[in-house]
Amino acid sequence: MDGSLLEVRNLVVEYAVGGRTVHAVSDVSFEITRGETLGLVGESGCGKSSLGRAILQLTTPKVGSVRFDNVELTRLGRGPLRRMRQRIQLIFQDPIASLNPRRRIGDIIAEPLRIAGSASRSTRECRVRETLSAVGLEPDQVVGRLPHEFSGGQCQRICIARALVIEPELLVCDEAVSALDVSIRAQILNLLEALKARYRLTLLFIAHDLAVVKAVSDRVAVMYLGRLCEVGSTEALYRAPAHPYTRLLLDAIPVPDPEVRPPQSVPLGEPPSPLAPPSGCRFRTRCTRADACCAEVTPELREVAPGRQVACHHPLVGA
Amino acid sequence: MTGPPLLAVEQLSVDLPTPRGPLRAVDEVDLELEGGRTLGIVGESGSGKTMLSRAILQLMPRRARIGGRVLFDGRDLTRLDAEALRRLRGRSIAVVFQDPMTSLNPVLTIGRQIAETLREHLEIDASAAATRAIELLADVGIPAPKQRLRQYPHQLSGGMRQRVAIAIALSCEPRLLIADEPTTALDVTVQAQILDLLDRERQRRDMAMILITHDLGIVAGRTDEVAVMYAGRIVERAPTARLFKAMCMPYTEALLAAIPKLDAPPHTPLAVISGRPPDPTQPFRGCAFAPRCRYRAERCADQRPSLIPADPSGHRYACWHPISPRAA
Repeated sequence: MDGSLLEVRNLVVEYAVGGRTVHAVSDVSFEITRGETLGLVGESGCGKSSLGRAILQLTTPKVGSVRFDNVELTRLGRGPLRRMRQRIQLIFQDPIASLNPRRRIGDIIAEPLRIAGSASRSTRECRVRETLSAVGLEPDQVVGRLPHEFSGGQCQRICIARALVIEPELLVCDEAVSALDVSIRAQILNLLEALKARYRLTLLFIAHDLAVVKAVSDRVAVMYLGRLCEVGSTEALYRAPAHPYTRLLLDAIPVPDPEVRPPQSVPLGEPPSPLAPPSGCRFRTRCTRADACCAEVTPELREVAPGRQVACHHPLVGA
Repeated sequence: MTGPPLLAVEQLSVDLPTPRGPLRAVDEVDLELEGGRTLGIVGESGSGKTMLSRAILQLMPRRARIGGRVLFDGRDLTRLDAEALRRLRGRSIAVVFQDPMTSLNPVLTIGRQIAETLREHLEIDASAAATRAIELLADVGIPAPKQRLRQYPHQLSGGMRQRVAIAIALSCEPRLLIADEPTTALDVTVQAQILDLLDRERQRRDMAMILITHDLGIVAGRTDEVAVMYAGRIVERAPTARLFKAMCMPYTEALLAAIPKLDAPPHTPLAVISGRPPDPTQPFRGCAFAPRCRYRAERCADQRPSLIPADPSGHRYACWHPISPRAA
């Protein structure tokens, strides 16, 4: 490991909606070490996609810093930012919607190279074919065809090829396998693991499914209503969650074994709206351990064990 | 538990016309379901599980061709006229779909939508319907139900909308509820709440339920029996505990193995089912899963296995080379 590739400090993302403010990301800090996979977990509306987009400056953060390889991205001009984005690529949830339906696969994958403007036409073709093979597609059968001729799983392989063709260092996967069937999802997850080694990638893997995140991540960050609740090594976090919200998420996963009792549902309702997040700890309205302190004082992310951070006044471990 | 089952599907097939020729979405399916029991139907997209549920309800695209019979309470639904079906649907058989935003009418209040169903099927007046609607919303765990009656679907969260859809489904005390991926669009913490709600109301009303899902994790804890579908056919069917203890069909095993396990260490490679399901417009011989199956032999490519008669435990499967059942 050679230091952090991405460093996010005190990042805030807010949107104005009809005179009100959506607090999408509130004061989030973390880093990703070169070569590691950080899983980012949370339910819909928790701000995990906004966070991913703010890292690439696709959404302009209100406050905070995003340093990539020691370069501050929030202050870069258009030209330098465009060059920087070649080193950070993004894969989205819906692979079919991510591909231009009128363009041939070969052109779609060559596009990032063309924009980068570095390679000749023949080099580009060569790189496209190499990358298609790497994602498990047969170049001869693929380059001349259109996206609609492919299934969802194949389209996701094409999206991955397009992201990897300019050899980025950081790959942000935003719910990249959530729309896929179980059998196809397993193929894509294994493929991402193999490509990560082959291209020496660093991954930010954003997903709502804790079992999927566990399968690929070295460390995991749990997000709730715009804030990070807990960050830790995958093993430790799943073995002994420290934040009550992490515990709740883990308990809610249905286990494919009839002898395991189905998860006891939480009587505590649904996440509040990011338009009006609760004061203090944002999870307190659904938390069984909440007291007066949780409503008044916002818990900061603090280290409770080496490499383990929790934002809770009453954590389940390391109190 | 003798006597005819509540629902009996016999040799049901559905063909859909496509520009590339007829597509066989459901292929000779047999099913029975007793009153008050829960059947899980598991399959990936395109396996025919949703089309099967639509065929049971006789809610089919106009040009679809249906073969076989659907007996509900002894009556063959494939022979009923539109008016008789309309009286049955929503009254005796109700449905909850995946996406509550599209199944609810966006321009009508919640109260109006519940009352509409009640007044359509039961002989009650508007004020009785409103009172009943409040009770139903309370039953499905919606806070401040009286105020909610005047709200529109867009004012509710996804979980709350699904609760409203369930309230409408339960409103006429149906004997069979078909829940088609009822929690797929919901967050995991809300999913557990909705599944608990369905289970509680099913027991309270002694209602039968068909739970359609792609998630083996959901059927494991919440069904009496499971049917696994692949390429339009039921390939394995057994009481839930039996199925998970001794699965025989290689597809079922592979589907379970492809799910990331919470107790596996990080970076454990997943068992992969190579390839894709067959193209349903292309006729094939033999077992539809054979090209992806690691146990396949010559016979699998030529001869189609049919569902074997149930063994004493009620286990049936369609496979020439079943995984040898572990001692159970």
